[in-house]
Amino acid sequence: MLKEFFELLNDILLKMTWLNNLVDDILVSVFNMDTNTLIFSSLSFFIYDVIKIFILLSFLIYVSSYIQTYFTVERTRHVLSKFKGIGANIVGALLGTITPFCSCSSIPIFIGFTRAGLPIGVTFSFLISSPLVDLASVVLLASIFGWKIALIYVAVGIILAVIGGTLISVFKMEKYVEDFVLQGDIVTLEEGEILTRKQRHKYAFDQVNEIVKRVWKYVIIGVLIGAIIHGYIPADFINSILGSNKWYSVLVAAFAGIPMYADIFGTLPIAEALVLKGVGIGTVLAFMMAVTTLSIPSIILLKKVVKNKLLITFVAIVSIGIILVGYIFNYIIII
Amino acid sequence: MVIKILGSGCKNCKKLYHNTILAISELELDAAVIKITDFAEIAKYNTMRMPALVLDEKVIAKGKVLSKEEIKKLIS
Repeated sequence: MLKEFFELLNDILLKMTWLNNLVDDILVSVFNMDTNTLIFSSLSFFIYDVIKIFILLSFLIYVSSYIQTYFTVERTRHVLSKFKGIGANIVGALLGTITPFCSCSSIPIFIGFTRAGLPIGVTFSFLISSPLVDLASVVLLASIFGWKIALIYVAVGIILAVIGGTLISVFKMEKYVEDFVLQGDIVTLEEGEILTRKQRHKYAFDQVNEIVKRVWKYVIIGVLIGAIIHGYIPADFINSILGSNKWYSVLVAAFAGIPMYADIFGTLPIAEALVLKGVGIGTVLAFMMAVTTLSIPSIILLKKVVKNKLLITFVAIVSIGIILVGYIFNYIIII
Repeated sequence: MVIKILGSGCKNCKKLYHNTILAISELELDAAVIKITDFAEIAKYNTMRMPALVLDEKVIAKGKVLSKEEIKKLIS
């Protein structure tokens, strides 16, 4: 009974099955479209997905931004300095999922954390989990693939961040940080300002405005690619490259995703369409993780503060981690 | 008056720079606006949140893209 109630809630609020039916009805009754045509399935997917993503996105960014006003980078650093060993990596990875910052802050954060004496492995745990797992994308993931997959994704993302950071510590990579990062003043602990409720709402509203403005192009392009895959690309063709029974499918997906830079919101519709075509969920998750965590621009930025050896170690650890996640997921879903 | 915009050159940094230029021209101030993209230089200002606005070597805003009006209030 309770389960059915939640499933109903899930269908109405997250999957928005009513919206899908509404779009189909309008296409059929107003535009006289034949439901068996390719253009119909592409168009239906496109309209439904764009509307759904923007509704969810705006709502979720608002809620998560409001929560995020309680977490600042400064406070995170302060909290992290109290933990040691793998505990610090775990807390770092968890805080990475809720601490807000613009991607251009990742290098100043790296410098600030390192100067404050945090082990670089802990900083990396924080910086790996941050783009990988965030509240808005997790709920969006749940709306497409269900809560089970979304929660496993969160767990796997955090584990990847913890292990990645820990390995960087184990390999004693501290000495491969550029000299200027360590020289200079020890950054004092600034206190984040205390906000009123009104300011928090304003911040949340501004975030919605800003993020939607920033990502709408990626979402449209993502949905468009998804719609084309959905309607026009034969399932046989996709399965011959990315099918879950092909041993190389995860590798292809990961290496295609690594150099790409896109928002997770843009990659989700592509992922959705691929899964509908029968591609393994692990393969699709590997693609999404590769796109969000590693990209040419972010590697170029990181290169400015760390030496090649650490840079290569970082990229290798994250890539191998993503590929492993892909294979494990494909394996779990098959059994 | 010297105003510096700290940030690696992402979209938010560019927007803050743009808004600052507008604020200054509307206030008719005689100020130099400099973009700081070098991380070693940025690190000297003791802040981790980008983009940041620096007025005569003092950080007056960080981690947000201020609107033209907000900047006007801060620098006039």
